[in-house]
Amino acid sequence: MSDTIEFELVSPERLLVSEAVEMVVVPGSEGDFGVLGGHAPTVSSVRAGVIAVYEHGAVTARFFVAGGFAEVTPERCTVLADDAVPMGEIDRAAVEGTLPDLRDDVAAARDEVEKDAAEKALAIAEAKLAAVNAPVY
Amino acid sequence: MPSLKDLKIRISSVTSTRKITSAMKMVAAAKLRRAQEQAEAARPYAERMEQVLGALAVAAEGRPGAPAMLAGTGRDDVHLLVVATADRGLCGGFNSSIVRAARARIRSLVEAGKTVKILCVGRKGRDQLRREYGKRIIDTMTDIGKPSLTYAHVESVADKVTRMFESGEFDVCTVIYNRFKSAMTQIVTQQQLIPFAAQEAEAGEPAVPAAGTLYEYEPEESEILDALLPKNICVQLFRALLENAASEQGARMTAMDSATRNAGDMIDNLSIQYNRARQAAITKELIEIISGAEAL
Repeated sequence: MSDTIEFELVSPERLLVSEAVEMVVVPGSEGDFGVLGGHAPTVSSVRAGVIAVYEHGAVTARFFVAGGFAEVTPERCTVLADDAVPMGEIDRAAVEGTLPDLRDDVAAARDEVEKDAAEKALAIAEAKLAAVNAPVY
Repeated sequence: MPSLKDLKIRISSVTSTRKITSAMKMVAAAKLRRAQEQAEAARPYAERMEQVLGALAVAAEGRPGAPAMLAGTGRDDVHLLVVATADRGLCGGFNSSIVRAARARIRSLVEAGKTVKILCVGRKGRDQLRREYGKRIIDTMTDIGKPSLTYAHVESVADKVTRMFESGEFDVCTVIYNRFKSAMTQIVTQQQLIPFAAQEAEAGEPAVPAAGTLYEYEPEESEILDALLPKNICVQLFRALLENAASEQGARMTAMDSATRNAGDMIDNLSIQYNRARQAAITKELIEIISGAEAL
């Protein structure tokens, strides 16, 4: 088994990470999964959550993703995120501030399409807040 | 021979034109930098997306029940061309090169007996295509990406394309845009969006896994492909429009730069003419005075 895996995290706006790491933990829609070198080829959808990058058994970087897809091959793990931010750049107060607005949007939605979009945005914001509040270990 | 006054008026008008073109050049240069950064930042995502889908397409090849967006509808009678141009002119050959490519494509498709539908993104493309192919233009979208292009803007275009495809209004979708290479060169590019066709990988890109790689899907393969394919349309359109925006500014900058230079040359020429005319007038007056004095 190779020791490292090429990890790439890209959002439509930029390429956040492209480096060899020991392990990444990706929040798949069916549950979190860790990816080491030599992982079986997998394609999974990603839910809103935190991607953790491990180096020598400890977390070295954490990113919040708002959903997307992950493609895993034995050599590389590519995460195509709808939106991705390093955890350090999330402003907790700002996220909390948007929550009431988003709840209003959900309540004020006139049709199904609008409601779906609003609920999605709310779920992402809530996941973001949960990620900020979660203990780092 | 124009009079002194005519020359003066022309010089001042060319001078103010030069002011405008040089201001436009500066603005384009500033916008170009932003647009270029954005376009280059979006490239990795679109390229990875294409690779992932390319790998999936290879894996799904030949299997029955593959989604129509991946494998096509089995026909290619109705073509949809998404012609992406700028909303504004004064950017050299930018718009006309796209329109020229679109025209050639339409002509060859029509000759082959296909039905062509056109979706114009940007006002200039519509203006130029309207006369010849007005009936084929099904819709025009203008003012997309103002003040700056975001992913959400493009989603509305992509949604439209996806909906039309799902209701069976076309079989093949191609987008025509200008790929940004440098401020001087833009490359007119035709990219097929539906059915999915992987573009040739550029040198230095990681190779697509060999055919037959078996992927595990989480959740189901069909669910993933159903979500991934419309998304790919959106991402590829987003990339196309970003490249187009950067190309537009690049083309405008180059065009305005040469316009400024030409205006400068013209002012020089006109000033020489003006000075000659002035000297000729003075000489004429002197001759008149001298010959008048001699006659006395």
